[in-house]
Amino acid sequence: MSTAAFEFGPGDFERVAIERRTQTLSRPSVSYWQDAWRRLKDNRRALISLWIVIALAFFTLAGPLLWRVDPAAQDLDQVSQAPGLPQVAVIVEPYVPWAGLRATPLAAPAGGPGAAAGAGMPTDAAPTGLRLVEPATTQAVRLAWDPVPGATGYQLYRNIYDTEPDGALGLPVAEILDPAQVSFEDRLDLEAVPYWYSVVALDANGAEADGYVTLRVETSRVISAAEAETLGWIDDAAAVAIGDEIVLPYHPLGTDYLGRDMLSRLMYGARVSLFIGVVAPLLFVVVGIVYGSAAGFIGGRVDQLLMRFADFVVALPFLLFMILFKIAFGIGPGESGIFPMLVALVLLAWPATARLVRGQVLQIREEGYIGASQLLGAKTTYLVLRHMIPNTMGVILVTLTFAVPSVIFTEAFLSFIGMGVAPPTPSWGSMSNEGLRTMLTHPHELIFPAIFISVTVLAFNLLGDGLRDALDVRMRGQE
Amino acid sequence: MAQDQSSGMTADSPGTAATRDPLSRVALRQIALLAIAATVGFVLLMAALSWASDLTSSSTTSVGAIDVETGTITLSLTQEPPQLDSTRLTDSVSGMILGHVMEGLLRYDINNQLAPGVAERWDIRTDGATFWLREEARWSDGEPVTAHDFVFAWQTAVDPATASQYAFIFYVFKNAEAINRGELPREALGARAVSDLELEIEFERPVAYFDKLVAFQTYYPIREDFYLSRDGRYAADAVDLLYNGPFEITVWVHGAHVRLEKNEHYWNRDEISLNVIDFPYITADGNAALNLYRDGQIAVVNGLGAESLDQVLAERWPVRRYSDGSVWFFQINHREEHPTSNYNLRKALQLVNDPGELVYKVIQIPGYTPGESLFPTWLNGQNGLFRQEYPAPTVTPNVALAREHLEQAKRELGVDEIPPIVLLADDTPGASKQAEYYQNRLMQTLGLDIRIDKQIFRQRLAKAEAGEFDLALYGWGPDFDDPLTFGDLFASWNLNNHGEYANAELDAQVRIAQESTDQATRMAAFGRIQEILIEDVAIIPNYERGVLYIQDPRLRGVGRRVVGPDPDYSRAHIVAD
Amino acid sequence: MFRYTVKRLIQGVITVWFIATATFIAMHSVPGDPLSGERLTNEEIRANLEARYGLDRPLFEQYLIYMGNMTRGDFGISFTQQNRRVNDIIREHFPVSATLGILAVVFAALGGILWGALTALFRNRLPDVVIMFLVILGISVPSFVVAGLSQLGLTSLNALFGVSILPVAGWGTLLHMIVPSLVLGLGTMAFLTRLMRSSMLEIINADFVRTARSKGLPPTRIFLKHQLRNAILPVITVLGPAIAAITTGGFVVELVFAIPGLGRYFVQAVQQLDYTVIMGTTVFYGAFLVFMVILVDLVYGFIDPRVRLE
Repeated sequence: MSTAAFEFGPGDFERVAIERRTQTLSRPSVSYWQDAWRRLKDNRRALISLWIVIALAFFTLAGPLLWRVDPAAQDLDQVSQAPGLPQVAVIVEPYVPWAGLRATPLAAPAGGPGAAAGAGMPTDAAPTGLRLVEPATTQAVRLAWDPVPGATGYQLYRNIYDTEPDGALGLPVAEILDPAQVSFEDRLDLEAVPYWYSVVALDANGAEADGYVTLRVETSRVISAAEAETLGWIDDAAAVAIGDEIVLPYHPLGTDYLGRDMLSRLMYGARVSLFIGVVAPLLFVVVGIVYGSAAGFIGGRVDQLLMRFADFVVALPFLLFMILFKIAFGIGPGESGIFPMLVALVLLAWPATARLVRGQVLQIREEGYIGASQLLGAKTTYLVLRHMIPNTMGVILVTLTFAVPSVIFTEAFLSFIGMGVAPPTPSWGSMSNEGLRTMLTHPHELIFPAIFISVTVLAFNLLGDGLRDALDVRMRGQE
Repeated sequence: MAQDQSSGMTADSPGTAATRDPLSRVALRQIALLAIAATVGFVLLMAALSWASDLTSSSTTSVGAIDVETGTITLSLTQEPPQLDSTRLTDSVSGMILGHVMEGLLRYDINNQLAPGVAERWDIRTDGATFWLREEARWSDGEPVTAHDFVFAWQTAVDPATASQYAFIFYVFKNAEAINRGELPREALGARAVSDLELEIEFERPVAYFDKLVAFQTYYPIREDFYLSRDGRYAADAVDLLYNGPFEITVWVHGAHVRLEKNEHYWNRDEISLNVIDFPYITADGNAALNLYRDGQIAVVNGLGAESLDQVLAERWPVRRYSDGSVWFFQINHREEHPTSNYNLRKALQLVNDPGELVYKVIQIPGYTPGESLFPTWLNGQNGLFRQEYPAPTVTPNVALAREHLEQAKRELGVDEIPPIVLLADDTPGASKQAEYYQNRLMQTLGLDIRIDKQIFRQRLAKAEAGEFDLALYGWGPDFDDPLTFGDLFASWNLNNHGEYANAELDAQVRIAQESTDQATRMAAFGRIQEILIEDVAIIPNYERGVLYIQDPRLRGVGRRVVGPDPDYSRAHIVAD
Repeated sequence: MFRYTVKRLIQGVITVWFIATATFIAMHSVPGDPLSGERLTNEEIRANLEARYGLDRPLFEQYLIYMGNMTRGDFGISFTQQNRRVNDIIREHFPVSATLGILAVVFAALGGILWGALTALFRNRLPDVVIMFLVILGISVPSFVVAGLSQLGLTSLNALFGVSILPVAGWGTLLHMIVPSLVLGLGTMAFLTRLMRSSMLEIINADFVRTARSKGLPPTRIFLKHQLRNAILPVITVLGPAIAAITTGGFVVELVFAIPGLGRYFVQAVQQLDYTVIMGTTVFYGAFLVFMVILVDLVYGFIDPRVRLE
C-alpha cells in the first residue's frame, strides 16, 4: 500500500506485448445469484411455491382493486351465506310493527281429564286453527291460532326440519304468558326456507301440554325499498315499485356471521396476515443482522455481553411473552392491533438471526479472501458491503422464508385465544377462529381462511427448502 | 454447541436405492418391529404417567350423562369456580355450586318463590328483624347450625380485612357501613344471636326488601371454629369447607372436576332425590360441550350459540329457554369533554338504535328480547310485573329524525363533523360481534366514525372507571329480586355509573326507593327513574339476555332462575325412560 | 464436563432471574389491575385489598419483595382465587401439562423417526409421497383447526359405533390422554419426519454403510447400528426446542379438550390480570424450559461422541 519512492525511467512506459491466453472460458461466467436461480428453477416444488407466493401477492395487492366490495359492509339479510348463486328479493312495504291478535281467554271445560287434578286444562290439549295472518316473508312471519280453553299462555316453536315423526319441535322462539294473546310475529333470523311452526298451550303452572299443532310455512325473500337504498343496492327508492324483483349483491365465496363478503375479507385479511408475516421477519432479521454483525465484528468482551443478552431473550417462553407483551402494549380505540403485534414479535424473535449472523461473520472473518481484501486496502465498510453481506445473504434469505410461516401461525394462534388483531380488522387467523365456532353449520367460514393459511405456510416452507438448496451449498440435500 | 442444523453433512445424492435388496427388506421388517415396540412403549408410558399423576385417584369411570341406579347426573362447568368463600364470592359459577351445598336463612324454591331455609319463621319490622332457626338444621359434620354462625359470617363479610366486594349488601344493617370503613369494630354490627336459634337484626334504615336480601349468597352461614381452623385457607379446597346445604363437595380437582354428593346431615334430605351431581368437565368451549352431549357424557348444555342452532335442530334435540335476568345497554359518557354529553347527539344515537335488528339479525338467539328499559321485564312490581304496571316509554327507530338531532348536535358542539366516538367492548366473541354491528350501523345511518376499543375484562373495567370511553357495551345482572338492584345504578354516587350521569331528580327518586317501605311509592319512584333514563337518554337499552339450553329429557325438576343459584339441580329428579 | 455443567446451570439461574424481571415489568405496564371488580363500590374496600396484596407499595419495593419470596420458592396468593396459593396451582396443574407434553414429545419422536426411516426407504415411491403429503399437511394446518376437527371426528366416530370409544374431552384416565397428545405432537412429528428422512437419505449410501455391507455384516446390524443410529442424531438435536414448543403449544389442546393444564390457567390469568399467577406460571415455565434445554444438550454430549462440551 505504501509505495516506496523510486525513479521511473522511460523503459517503464513501454507497451507490454500481448500474450496469447493459455486458458479461455468457453462458457459465460456464472455469478453466485445466477447459479442459485438456475438451481431453484430445477426444483419443481420450489418453483410452484414461488408462483403461489407471487399469486398471493397479486391476490393481496391487486385483488381489492378488482373485487371492489367493502369488507366491512354488512349485509344482514345474507348472513353466513354459503357460496352459491346470487339471490333475488322482492320489494315490499317497509316493516311496520304489528299489535297482534287478541281473544277472550276461554275457561277450562268442566270435567276434563285435567280438571280433577286442578290443572284447569287437559294435559293433551292442543291449539287448533294455526294459520298465517299474511303471507310469510323474510321480514316477518305472522301467525295466529284459536285460544285453548283453560290455557294460561302459549309456547311457540320453530324448526327447519319436519317435526314428525318424533315430535322434535325445534327452537323455542317465544313464550307468551298472556292467555289473551293468540298471535305471534316471528322476525328472528328469517331465511327463504320452509319452517315448521308449532304452538303448545301452557297450563296453570306454566307447564307445557303434551299436544301441539304444527304449520309448515314457506317464506319468500323480500326487502323494503328504503332498506335497499340505505344498503346502497339501488340508487333511488322511488325508482322501484312494490313487487319488483332486485338481485342482491353477489358473494362468490359466501358471507360471514355479519353478512360481510368473504372474498373481500379474505383479500383484506391477506393484507393483515401477510403484512405481519412478511414485515415482522424483515424487521427482526434486520435487527438481528445489525446486532449479530456488531457482536461478530467487535468481538471480545462486548461480543460476550451482547450474546449473553441474546441468550436471555431466547430463553423467554415465546408464546407466553407474546401474550404478555400484546396486553402490555394494549390496543387503543379504533386501532387494528397490528403494530403491537409487530413490536412484540420483533422484541422476541431477533436473537435467532443475531446468533446466525454472528456465527457467519466470525466464520467469514477468518476466510482468506477477507485477509486478501484487507491487504489490498479495503476499508471495513467495504468489507461489510462487498463480502460480509453478500456472503451471509443466502443464509439470511432462507431464515427469512422460514420465519414467514411461523409468524403467520403465531398470528393465528393469538387470534384463537382472542388476542389477535382488533375487530373489525380481518385477518386469516381471526377469520378461522370465528369460523371454528360455526364449523358444523357454515363450514365455508372456516375452510376458506384455513386453506389460505395452509397454502401460504406450505408455499413459504417449500420455497425455503428450495432456496436453501439453491443458495447454501453446505446445506444442500436436506429436505 | 451443536445447535446448527448438522452443517457437517455432505450432500451425497443417493441414487434410487432399490428397495428390493436384502438390506431394505430387513430394514422394513425392522421398522415394523420398531413400530410395534414403539406403540407398546407409548401405551406403557401412558399407563405409567396416569398411574403417577394424582388425578387418577379422583377420576371415576364415566357413567354417562344420567345414571338411574346410582342417582347420578353428569354435567359440565364453563369455568373452575374461582371462589367458594361466600363472603367474597362474586361470580355465577361459584354461586351455582355454593347454592347446592349451602343454605341461607331463606332460599328460593323451584317456582322461584321465597321459602324457609335454615330459618323456620321470621318477622321483619321497620327497625329490624328476627329469625327463628330450625332445630334440626345441621352442618355436614353433624353439628347444629346456630345463629352465631350467621353472625360470624356477616361480621366477616363486612370486616374491612376481608375486603369483600359484596360488603355493601349488608349496609342496611346498623353500623355495617362504618365497620366496613374501619371506623367501628366488627362486633358493632347490628346482628346478634339472642340464643342458638334466635337471630336479632337491627336496621340502619327501614328496608322493604330485606327478606329478598337474606336469600343472597353472601348471607350464608360460616362456622367460626371451622373457619379459624383452616388458617386462611377457608374454601380453598373441598376439605376446607363445611356444608349445611342439600349437597356437599366430595371432589374438587381444580380446573378439572367438581363432584357434589348428597349431604346426609341436611335437615330436609328427604326432599332431595339425586345422590350425585358430577362435574367432570370444565370447558368454556361451546362446541366441546355439544360434542360431550352428543356423546352421551353430559345431561345439559347451557348457553347455545346462534352458530350451533342448525346442528341442534338436525340432531332433533329438545331445546329450552329462559331469561338469565341480565339487561344489556350502552353506558354513555356524560362527562363534559365527551361529545356524548350533548343531549341531541345522544338522542340521535337513541333514534337509530334498533334493538329488534340487533336481536333478530345479529344475535339470532331466541330467548333474547329487544331492550326497552333498564328494568327487565321479569321484575316484580307491586302486584304483578313491574313493566306491566309501568310500561317503558317507547322509542321507535327513526333515521330521518335522528339526522335532524345530529345536525342540531353539530351546531351546539360547534363542529362540522362529530369527532370519532370510542365504543368500549369486552373481548368476548359476542361483544365483538355487537360492536362491529354498531360500528357499521352508526356509520351507515349517521355517518359517525366509531372506534371500537376491545379490551380484556379487567382493562375494560379500568377504562370504564376512568371514563375513557364515549359508549360502552355493558350488562348488569340482578343481585336480589327487587327493582332497586337495577334502580340505583345511575344515581350520581354509584361507582358503576361510569359515565358520571348526574340528575338531581333521579337521585331523589333513588332515595325514595331506598328508604320508603311503601311498595306503591317505591314502584312509582322506579317508574319515574325508568322515564328519566329514556327521556334524557342516560343509557340506550340493547337487549335482555336469554339462554338457550338442551337438557336430557330424563332429567326433570331443574330450577332456572334469574336471581339466586342457577341452574338449580338440588330438587331435580331422574325419570327412567 | 463437570465444569461445563456447573457453568450452564449458573447461566440457567441468571436466565430465570431475567425472565422473572421481564415478566414483572411487562405485567405491571399493563393498564388496569387485578382488583377492579364490578361490585367494588367502595374505595375503602379497594384500599383494603391493595394493602392485602401489597399493591400500595412502590413498584420497586414490590419487585424486591416478590423476588425475595420467589427465591424462597413462594409465588404468593392468587388474585382471583383469593384463598389459593400459586404454588398449589402449579403443583396441581403442571403435572397435567407435563404428562401431555411428555406423551406428545415421545409420540413425535417415535413417529418422526419411524415415518422418516420408512419414507427414506421408499424414496419417491407411493408410500413416500403419501406420507410426505400428510406430513406437509401436518405442518401447514394451524393447531387449533387440527384440534377442533379431531374432536369433531371423534364424536362422529363414537356416534358411528354407538358407543363411546374414546372420550371427547376431559382428563383423568388413560383414554383421555390419547387424542390430545397425538394432536399436540402432530406438528412436531411432521417436522421430525422431514428431518429424519433427509438424514436417513444421506446415510443410506454413506461410505461406512458401504464398507459395512462389503464386509458382509448382517443387514439387521447394518440397519440398526449404522444407519438408524447415525440418522437419529440430528433428530435429537432439535428435541430441546421441540420440547419447548410442545409445552407452550399445549394451550390450544388444553382449551379445546378441556384439560386442566397450566397453559389454560395462564391464558385465564392473563385475561383476569392475575399478577401472581402470571408471574408464577411464566417463571416456572421459563425455568422448566431453560433446564430442559440444558439437559438435552448434556444428553446429546453423551450420545454423540463427536460433540465436545466445553
